Amino acid sequence: MSETVIQTADLRKEFTVSTRVGLLRRIRRTVAAVAGVDLTVARGEMLGYIGPNGAGKSTTLKMLTGVLTPSSGEVTVCGLRPVAQRTKLAGHIGVVFGQRSQLWWDLPLAESFRLLRYIYQVPAADHATRLAECRQMLDLDEFLDTPVRQLSLGQRMRGEITAALLHRPEILFLDEPTIGLDVISKQAVRAFLADLGSSGDTTMVLTTHDLADIEKLCRRLVVIDHGRVVHDGTLSELHARYDSRRRVVVDLDTPWTGRVELPGAAVEAVEADGYRVTFGLSGGTAGELVAALARHGALRDVSIMEPDIEDVVARLYAEPAPRTSPIEPASQAQSYWPASK
Amino acid sequence: MAEPLPAGPARRVWRRATTQTGRRPGALAGYRQLLAAQVRGQLQYRASFAMDLFGNLLLTLMDVAAVVVLFRVTPVLGGFNLPQALLISGLANLSFSLCDLGVGNIDTMRRYIRTGRFDAVLTRPLSVLLQLVCGDLALRRLGRVVQGVVILVIALNLVHVHWTPARALLLVVAPLFGAVLFGSVFVAGSTVAFWFIESGEFTNAFTYGGRDFTTYPVTVYANWFRNAFAYGLGFAFVAYYPALAILGKPDPLGGPRLLSWSSPVVALAAAGVAALIWRTGIRHYQSTGS
Repeated sequence: MSETVIQTADLRKEFTVSTRVGLLRRIRRTVAAVAGVDLTVARGEMLGYIGPNGAGKSTTLKMLTGVLTPSSGEVTVCGLRPVAQRTKLAGHIGVVFGQRSQLWWDLPLAESFRLLRYIYQVPAADHATRLAECRQMLDLDEFLDTPVRQLSLGQRMRGEITAALLHRPEILFLDEPTIGLDVISKQAVRAFLADLGSSGDTTMVLTTHDLADIEKLCRRLVVIDHGRVVHDGTLSELHARYDSRRRVVVDLDTPWTGRVELPGAAVEAVEADGYRVTFGLSGGTAGELVAALARHGALRDVSIMEPDIEDVVARLYAEPAPRTSPIEPASQAQSYWPASK
Repeated sequence: MAEPLPAGPARRVWRRATTQTGRRPGALAGYRQLLAAQVRGQLQYRASFAMDLFGNLLLTLMDVAAVVVLFRVTPVLGGFNLPQALLISGLANLSFSLCDLGVGNIDTMRRYIRTGRFDAVLTRPLSVLLQLVCGDLALRRLGRVVQGVVILVIALNLVHVHWTPARALLLVVAPLFGAVLFGSVFVAGSTVAFWFIESGEFTNAFTYGGRDFTTYPVTVYANWFRNAFAYGLGFAFVAYYPALAILGKPDPLGGPRLLSWSSPVVALAAAGVAALIWRTGIRHYQSTGS
């Protein structure tokens, strides 16, 4: 097995929130943002960490990067304890927080990169090689001398990603890397990250609300809700678990009779007086199904629909999370702290 | 299903280097560069910089003027004549301005916390405190340091001191340790922001309040207030006790002679306590938003 780079056991983070009731009285409550997360990530994995607002995604990421001290539980990243060995860990990881900049607002982008070389103690030659690659792949040249505050969001995000990678981190943490970007920028960022991940050297953990990020980038998906992991596996396992199937929609020359032996597929809907039939695939392939149908009559048109991950996740979020702890889940307390955007 | 990931130029380039080529910048280079970038930024706005410098100069003069004015109505204040009181004011001013130059902007930490930039500070391989100091050093406060030196020189010309090597050494190190003591109060005070983000005025009572307190001999203050500020927070050790030691004057409050020489110890102890509070604060940091 490949080497483990992130390991957590029963990781928890609780916040105390006080709510004003009346003029002076305040009620203090403990709210669990992360309520026992066990996570093991191997080197080179690309992990999608998703969940609704307030589910504990960012809180987990902040504990992994040494920003927040866990309330309890174990956490090891690159063999280090994130908070106790924060400065050491910082050299091994890169962090992109989509909504807050790591760059120097008033300095040109190039100047930020130059500063980062000294901060991360990167030899000049290594720095130059990496920066040249990023400039080419992320198309930075036209705005390299522009102060960061004048960059568009898409340009800034490309700058942020470069900034996080210049010291060649083992793990790249991305918190909402595509939030607010236009379609073109999103695709550019995704393509770059996919490329980066394909080498298998850089482990990536990304949180996102955009499920297309997950579909394009992550083989493994961890869904968190109410501070707990509710799914950990591949996207197809998620589909299997929630019974979301690929569908084949067929337009027939003659109305559907139902007297056809179907390999690994079932009829889901019959429309247009029997001329259009929707099949759900369960084990069989679209090819086998189409071949079987063709033996019984002419097919006018065939379309294949991929399962919609948004539906699956929406269903997943809707499920009540197990609440064994007396502590209230974080999402109910959202309005009391300025946590969720 | 995830698409098969494309193989691109990244595959080659991003492979972790087994051997790092070239010389790595030293550990201090990061701080030095942060500082340089900050200074360059400030010098871009020359007019504003000059105005700030001038404004700061006026503020210091006002502080000292207040002391001089008091001596127009009394020849002796709390057991000290004007030159002796000026020595205390000079030491206090220089200590504070040195500290202010270094960590005076530490309260910008509140802004860092509120905007989430503090998260970025925490993910860099440098000391959080030094990043804040280097990233916010206010050069315009350099003017105050010069002012402090000038007042001190004037006071030294007016007082009669029997110079010994120990006294000369104390004169040099007292402002430095005084700055450390003030700095400890600044740093400890700033950590309040980890618990309560809006906490500026509370901390100012101790930092700028401390500066005003140390400008006068502690003998002028009343009992409980004196005990709290002079000994509780250690402000008597910024200027009052070093001045006594330099002047060779016994403590009007009856303290042992050793007390007059103990500023460095008190300052280092305060720094230790401040460091503990700072560490606790960082562990308590809750971050904001997602």
